[in-house]
Amino acid sequence: MAEIRTKEFKTLAADTLGNDAIQEHLKALYSGFNQGRLQQAAATQNWEDLRDRARRVKAHTIENIDHYLEMAAENVENAGGKVFFAKNSEAATKYILDLAKQKEVRSVIKGKSMLSEEMDLNRHLAKQEIEAVETDLGEYLVQLAGQTPYHIIVPAIHMSKSDVNELFHENLGVDPHAGVEELASAARNELREKFIQADMGITGANFLVAETGTLVLVTNEGNGRMSTSMPKTHVAIMGMEKIVPSMEDMGTFLRLLIRSATGQRISSYVTMVTGPRSEIEEDGPEEFHLVIVDNGRSKLLADPHLREALYCIRCGACLNACPVYRKVGGHSYGWVYSGPIGAVVSPVLTDVPNAKDLPYASSLCGACKEACPIKIDLPRMLLYLRSEVTEGNTDSSRKKSSPIEKFAMKAWQVSVGGPSMMRLANLIGRLVQLPFARNGRLRLLPPPLSGWTRHRSFPAISSSPFRSRWKKGIKP
Amino acid sequence: MSQPDPKNVSLFVTCVVDQFFPEVGESTIRVLRRHGVDVEFNSDQTCCGQPAFNSGYWKEARPLAERFLDMYEGVEYVVMPSGSCASMVRVFYKELFHDDPTLLERAAEVGSHVFELSEFLVDVLGVNDASESEQSGTPSRVTYHEACHLRRELGATTQARKLINGTPGVDLNEMEQSEVCCGFGGTFAVKYADISGAMLDEKITHIRASGADAVVACDITCLMHIGGGLEKQDIPVRPMHLAEMLDKGAV
Ligand code: SF4
Repeated sequence: MAEIRTKEFKTLAADTLGNDAIQEHLKALYSGFNQGRLQQAAATQNWEDLRDRARRVKAHTIENIDHYLEMAAENVENAGGKVFFAKNSEAATKYILDLAKQKEVRSVIKGKSMLSEEMDLNRHLAKQEIEAVETDLGEYLVQLAGQTPYHIIVPAIHMSKSDVNELFHENLGVDPHAGVEELASAARNELREKFIQADMGITGANFLVAETGTLVLVTNEGNGRMSTSMPKTHVAIMGMEKIVPSMEDMGTFLRLLIRSATGQRISSYVTMVTGPRSEIEEDGPEEFHLVIVDNGRSKLLADPHLREALYCIRCGACLNACPVYRKVGGHSYGWVYSGPIGAVVSPVLTDVPNAKDLPYASSLCGACKEACPIKIDLPRMLLYLRSEVTEGNTDSSRKKSSPIEKFAMKAWQVSVGGPSMMRLANLIGRLVQLPFARNGRLRLLPPPLSGWTRHRSFPAISSSPFRSRWKKGIKP
Repeated sequence: MSQPDPKNVSLFVTCVVDQFFPEVGESTIRVLRRHGVDVEFNSDQTCCGQPAFNSGYWKEARPLAERFLDMYEGVEYVVMPSGSCASMVRVFYKELFHDDPTLLERAAEVGSHVFELSEFLVDVLGVNDASESEQSGTPSRVTYHEACHLRRELGATTQARKLINGTPGVDLNEMEQSEVCCGFGGTFAVKYADISGAMLDEKITHIRASGADAVVACDITCLMHIGGGLEKQDIPVRPMHLAEMLDKGAV
């Protein structure tokens, strides 16, 4: 599994808040991708019906996932492919490494895959002295920089042109003042070579159609098509939730995915692959392997409160819509998935006590749910995970919630337990706030409330609360 | 069967209004009365339980929620000057009581009688043009901040704007990104004070750019947050609850 840094959320977020250049890139997600999605949604006549339909299809598929996985495996095998079910990322990695050894693979080209990030596959391949090159341009940049993707859809959104200039100068010897076109063609030349040399292509999967065993990939650079067709062996890795029952469903899902992800009506490429090269075909790989991975997803499946996280089609719309993501950026979340969907799945996939800050890293504004093409109720799941953190099933997670906070909650509960307690709390509150109040405002509070007053003043408790004014009578 | 009379409502004023902003409660009463509504106030009320629920302390939230159900069971119209508290009762009580069928049913029933103030005025009373009953204030420009729960949990996006537009002497200057969260989010603003503060700064930038003299919203907690930031930065834009604007005009 990829390194888990979810405990560092606060420090990583503080770094990002202090980085003006990244703040500007993140702001552009609202005006760019988020507005693009809204425009497409408005221009698509039956947008809401599509969302409802997709949600129904996903709910049905996930409820009957065993059935559809079996159907998919059978159809992939009928088409001449091989299927491997991996319980966790270690098993999936082992399968791929064994296969690479058997095929004497020296170099691998990769299409974009978040699951590969979960597995930290490039590192494992490198240990076996197999060179793995990312072919999605954004992923390629991130790989050159030795980083992880910043965003599901735009992995290098945090990098500026000068960052890219620096990277290409250091790694490819490109003129440090090269323009965008020059940079693009340098990347193209470099990657072309790799495509020709590679012994194996590894891609993710946007969808897998169960009734036909067809892998569907959505890209804008055509790298998906080259990764699936040029090398002798093609391995596709997918989380088990990527399954979709029928080809007919693709009409719904492609429309929703692409419009929600990039604000395009259709991506430059939609690649559909069914098995390896057949006898009547002239190109394509000799072997096709599909690795279907669980890696903690059955924990989501088992919990009815969290199951709908598996409806996710990884469009990234919830990241673009999220005002918290637009401040803290992708790396702060400390693991593969970021933004609202990351705050839901990372704690479950990496274990709640590891990532207890993530469900709280949200103002619960609901912009994610509003944006999600599948109407996944992300805020509801964040709330549920919060309750798991404070009163969770596991002792270890319970111990993780702060004793000060627990005490404050208890005290608050007593204070609002009834009207007489509330009157008493009002009195105590007014006494406590005395040293801090000026003109009815509190401008500087002691910890743990000092964070609040760093950015805003706080109103003082009223000496005549509404309830006593009501008693006296409200003037017309 | 006769239709329930929308002229009788029970006001749930919310704990924050009660303790910190009692004048918003008074304005709510005056606005409702001017529309011919008879308002009751049950003095046993405290808090709907949202602060604990949102922080993950569901055990602590449950007794308060049950208390709420006991108090308002059988009441036809419960009106609150807060989209957030109304969402708590109407939407999130169902989550809180997910494992208790009896309470779940009671929560659904009571929840269906709960309204946020602007929803009640427009959707139930059918107020279209506030000018018949509200006093007119000095002409002034206001901008509207859409409170998150009102928009996304209750789905009320038009009601408050309708009321603002119908108030004589008030011009609505829409700010950019009016639907984006101000960064309050309850304990989020304390736990992640700096992230919340950065969100607040962006909101304040948009409020200033709108050129308005006052920022109006339907939730006092957003306004407490936004107003606290405006005050800290010495920006002369007034935070104003919708009830106050309808009551007094946007002076
Ligand atoms: S949760 Fe919804 S919006 Fe977010 S990535 Fe998944 S499908 Fe897209």
